[in-house]
Parts: sequence; C-alpha cells; structure tokens
Amino acid sequence: MINSNFKVDRNDGKLAMAHFYVAFAALLLGGTAGLLQTLVRSGKFTLPAGIGYYQLLTVHGVLLGLVLTTFFIIGFLFASLSKTAGTLSSKIRLTGWIGFLTMTIGTASTATTILLGEASVLYTFYAPLQAHPFFYIGLALVVVGSWISGFAMFTHFGKWKKANPGQVTPLLSYMAIMTMILWLVATLGVAASVLIQFIPWSFGWVETIDVLISRTLFWYFGHPLVYFWLLPAYMAWYVVIPKVIGGKIFSDALARLSFILFLLFSIPVGFHHQLTEPGIDPNWKYLQVVLTFMVVIPSLMTAFSLFASFESYGRSKGATGLFGWFRKLPWGDARFFAPFIGMLFFIPAGAGGIINASHQMNQVIHNTIWVTGHFHLTVATTVLLTFFGIAYWLIPHLTGRVMTKAMNKLAIVQTIVWTIGMTFMSTSMHFAGLLGAPRRSAFSTYGDSAQAMDWIPYQIAQAIGGSILFIGIILVLVIFINLAFFAPKGETEFPVGEVAKEAEKTPMLLENWKLWVGVLAVLILIAYTIPFVDMIQNAPPGAKPFKHLL
Amino acid sequence: MHLHKFEKIWLTFGIGILFVFLAVVGVGAFAMGHQPASSIKTIDPEKVAETAPFDNPGLVHIEGNKYELNLVAEAFAYTPSTIQIPKGAEVTINVATKDVVHGFSIAGTNVNMMVEPGYVSTYTQTFSKTGEFLVLCNEYCGAGHHLMMAKVEVTE
Repeated sequence: MINSNFKVDRNDGKLAMAHFYVAFAALLLGGTAGLLQTLVRSGKFTLPAGIGYYQLLTVHGVLLGLVLTTFFIIGFLFASLSKTAGTLSSKIRLTGWIGFLTMTIGTASTATTILLGEASVLYTFYAPLQAHPFFYIGLALVVVGSWISGFAMFTHFGKWKKANPGQVTPLLSYMAIMTMILWLVATLGVAASVLIQFIPWSFGWVETIDVLISRTLFWYFGHPLVYFWLLPAYMAWYVVIPKVIGGKIFSDALARLSFILFLLFSIPVGFHHQLTEPGIDPNWKYLQVVLTFMVVIPSLMTAFSLFASFESYGRSKGATGLFGWFRKLPWGDARFFAPFIGMLFFIPAGAGGIINASHQMNQVIHNTIWVTGHFHLTVATTVLLTFFGIAYWLIPHLTGRVMTKAMNKLAIVQTIVWTIGMTFMSTSMHFAGLLGAPRRSAFSTYGDSAQAMDWIPYQIAQAIGGSILFIGIILVLVIFINLAFFAPKGETEFPVGEVAKEAEKTPMLLENWKLWVGVLAVLILIAYTIPFVDMIQNAPPGAKPFKHLL
Repeated sequence: MHLHKFEKIWLTFGIGILFVFLAVVGVGAFAMGHQPASSIKTIDPEKVAETAPFDNPGLVHIEGNKYELNLVAEAFAYTPSTIQIPKGAEVTINVATKDVVHGFSIAGTNVNMMVEPGYVSTYTQTFSKTGEFLVLCNEYCGAGHHLMMAKVEVTE
C-alpha cells in the first residue's frame, strides 16, 4: 500500500461529511415516520393534520431505504478510497461534489412531491399507480448523481493502478470499487424503467405502461440494492473490525473472492421477489431461486473469516478452551460492539431470507408483515448498526475530534436500546406475518374479522418496539452531532487491518475486473433473456395511469 | 488459492446442505407440482367486466369436488365479497384486476398471489377445514387499500 494516507485529506473529509449530514437528517425524518406508522397500526392513534398513512410510509421507505443508505455508503466509500488509494485529485473531488449535489437536488425533488401528497406510491412505485413526474425525475437524479460519484471513484482507482503496476490493490479500495460496480450494473434496470417507462408516462406523452416489465426491471435492481447496503458493512467487518479488536485480517484473497461471488450472485436473481406473479414461467423462477441461494457460499466464507479473526485474536491474548477467546473481545468498545450485535442479528435474518427466497415457502409469507420484520433485521439492524459503528470512528477522524468515554458509553447504550426495540418489533412482525397480517397496510380490523383481531396484540408489540427504536434514533443523533461539532479536538484512527502473516499471497486473477464483469453479464443474460423476451412478445394491453386512488 | 482445513470442512458441509435444500425445493416444484402462482393468461385490463368468466364472477361447480372461483379485484373491493365453498372442494381461483396491482391472499391458507393488470392470476387450493376465512389485499393499491377485503365461508 504505497500511497496509503495516515489521515483522510481534509478536503476529501468535507466531501464525505456532506454525505453524512444528509444521511443522518434522513434518519431523523424517516425514523419519525416509522414511529408514527407503528403507532397508527396499534389502533390507538390517528394521524393529525391530514397526513396520510401511505404518505408517511413513502417518506419512510424513500428516506431510509434509498437516501440514508446511498448517501452514507458513498460518503464512506470516498473516505475509504482517500485513505487507502491516496488523496483525491481536485478534479475527482469536484466530480464527487457534482455527484453529491445531483443526488441532493434529486432527493429534494422527490421529497417535495411526497410532502405535497402527490406521490404516495411507496418507495417501490409500482405502476399503474402514478405519482407526480417530479417524483420519478428526483429518483432518476439520485441515481445519476450516484453514477457521477461512481465514475469519480473508478477514475481514482484507475490512477492508483497505473501508478502501481502489477501490485495488489488496497483491499478497502478494491471492495469500494466492487460495491460501486454492483450498484452501477443494478441501477441500469431501475434507471431504464424510470427514464423509458415512468417519466414519459407520468407526463402523459405515452398513454399506457407495461406493468410486468416495470416490476421486473425494478426487482432486477431491488435485490442487488440490498447487497449494495450489505457490502459496505462487510468492508467494515473484513477490514476495519480486525484492526479495532487488535487482530489481523484472516485472508486477503478469500475476502476478495467473497466480494466477487456477492457481485455475481446478487443480480441475476430478482424473480425471487416476483415468485407469486403471473406472466413469468415457474421454471425461470426456479432457476433464479437456485442462483439466489448461491450467495450462501460467500456468506459462509464471511462468517468463517470473521470468527477466525476473533478467535485468533483471543488466543493470541492467552485465551484457552473452546470459547475462551470470546471473553477477550473488546465488549466495551462501541466501534466493535455495535457491528458485532449487527452480525448476530444476521443469523436469524439470513434464516428468514432463506424462507423468503424459497420457491414454495415464499407464498406463505409474501407481502405479509413477516417480510417487513425480515428487512428490519437485515438493513435496519445488521447494516445500520454496522454503519453506526463506522460513524463512531469515521466522523471524529474526519472532523479532527475524538470520541469521549461518555459518548462511547452512550453508543453502547444505543446498541442495547436498538437490540431491545428491534427484538420486540421484528419478532412480532414475523409472528403476525405467519398468521397472514399484510405489510404496507394502515390499521384495519377488516370488518372485525376474527383473524384480523388476532393480529392486533402483535401490532401493539410493534408499536412498543417502534417507540424504543425511536429512542435509539435520538441517541445516535446525539452522538453524531457531538462527534461532528462538539467532541474534543484530537486525532482519531481510521482503522485499516493488516493481513495475517500466514495468509497466502493474493492471486492476480481476483483483480481481473473485465473477467468478472463479463461473467456477471453472462449470468444476467442467462437468467433474464428468455423470460424477458417472453414478457414483451406476450404482453397484454398496457395499463393507463391511476392517480386518483392515492 | 489455499483454504484453511477447517474452512474446507465448513464450506463442504455448508455447500452440501445447500444442494440438498435446493434438491428438496426442486423435487417439490417439478415432481410434486408445488409451483407458485404463475399463470401466463392475459386479459385486456379495460375490458375485465365484459370478458368471460369475469362478466359473471362467483363460484362455479365443474364436476365432483372440482370448482372454479372467478373474482374481480378493483380498488378497494373484491366481487363477489362473500363466497361459500363446500368443505373438501378443490377450487381453481382466477382473479383479474380492473385497475391497479392487488395482492390476493386468503389468510390462514397458502393462497397468496399477485394480481396485475393485463393478467389472470390462477391458483388451485383444496379447502379442507370449515370456518370463515378473511380474503384481503396485501399489495398497496391506494388510499383505501386496508379496507379491501372479502370473506370465504367453508361449510359442511
């Protein structure tokens, strides 16, 4: 790592921080919407001032699923590249700012249409419900802005490679680029749908829209979207956490291989979100189910690698017995504790995911609140607690401050509050879902149906969990504001782990980007070409817009 | 690339289980016919009310214990809204929508399928327990989405 910086350059730090301000503002607003939703569904609370439940739900999904995640990730990736592949050139940094501004303008445009009540279509915006054109234009700008930043990152990484011919690239930069390639390939689907289908249709330039094509393009994007959230968390798990605990990275080569496998098997799999849909042959659904499950392999590799790092560290500190090393881990350090709890939550989350993606079991839980419970474990706990864990060292690193002991303690409390709140909320969502309670629905007794009455106690438990989680949001915002503006001045380390001595040399094959992107393209073509052509050839008459239903 | 001995054991075991699992799912799908609702039948979304069988929705007796149930979905109701089914009936359910996407689900059963404009969604279910079952819409369809429902009464 020839030009790895001790510190992220001040100006690069400002670019990253700009992303974090938007991300944490989105957390506050989106989290408030989430709290209100759980209160409405308890049946004990009605929304004031003409606010619609589905308007809030759209705010919640767009701000937390798209804005918080994308802004945080791009900020983190810029910081990681600046740290491990050298300070950004002024041109690349400027490109990053243009990307940031484009995304922010897009967010403002989309948010305005939602607040005006013209876009209560939820973050999946399924046609033929139709939002205001500026809802779609705003989303397109967010995606285009992220592409601009992505190209800035690719250029920066290319420069490093040119300056260091034949060298193995820095692991953290490699992972950042892999994450952006995944994002670029995935967003092609949703961008095509928004630009070619939704925008002309919402302006009335074309009369109808092909619903199934739009949904297929959305889910071509929608599943890799979750891996776009997860891979930056894996960056922290593979590279940062070993350094935080004082250990080593188990294997550089296996870390890279697992990222390649995530790239390959997160995209040609969107049909597992469409298993109960008409118009798609079940044999193609099954093929994509099989491809979906291939991510089990890199997931098992990741679990092995992390726990190998933990155990080696514990044993190096003199731990004995089968699990003695467990006690040697730095439980009092929020930079470790928050992501570690995130890892633990990923075990039930992964098990639930296996059910969701199963060809037949899916129909037991499809569109029930079980699914909501599932992704509040994955993205809203595993990923989010890891992002908080990153913020606890990255924000003070960038702002030239240090996290005080009191703030560290508050961060530990935050993690515990989150664990309790999410256990209440997600568990009751899973159970209610198994009984058939729908997701994305306002409070309803369905004409006092006996079945719907059985769901209400679970909905009250969700409101309790949601309220506890909202306290967690307030706590993390207090910590964020402290670290950004008030914490004492000083130097905070950007922890980048070193590879264990006994690990093998990294084969250059893993750096062959053209090869892996080529394999990915082939997999996508195999999984999608025939069913997609079928959809076009056998398409029913298109659907006219429905605006008055919102 | 070198793998640690324990990692080899871990991955061999894990990947082995994965393929057993996929084989079970595959046998269920192809040998036992447990496929998710995947009808490829299309319909003009603006002419649902004029197209048979949706011009006269409801339960139709085919033969023996075989029935066909045709339902129209629209924001925010199903037609018909109450359906009586004799216990033990094997019912092929066809649903078509006149407007936006809906999610047809009968709580407490495995009936759960997307209903999309332009397509007829189909699933066959045997009703072997008596009682009242809630039919609801589980895909967001607009401001009154949570009010969209029907009832299935399975009787002796």
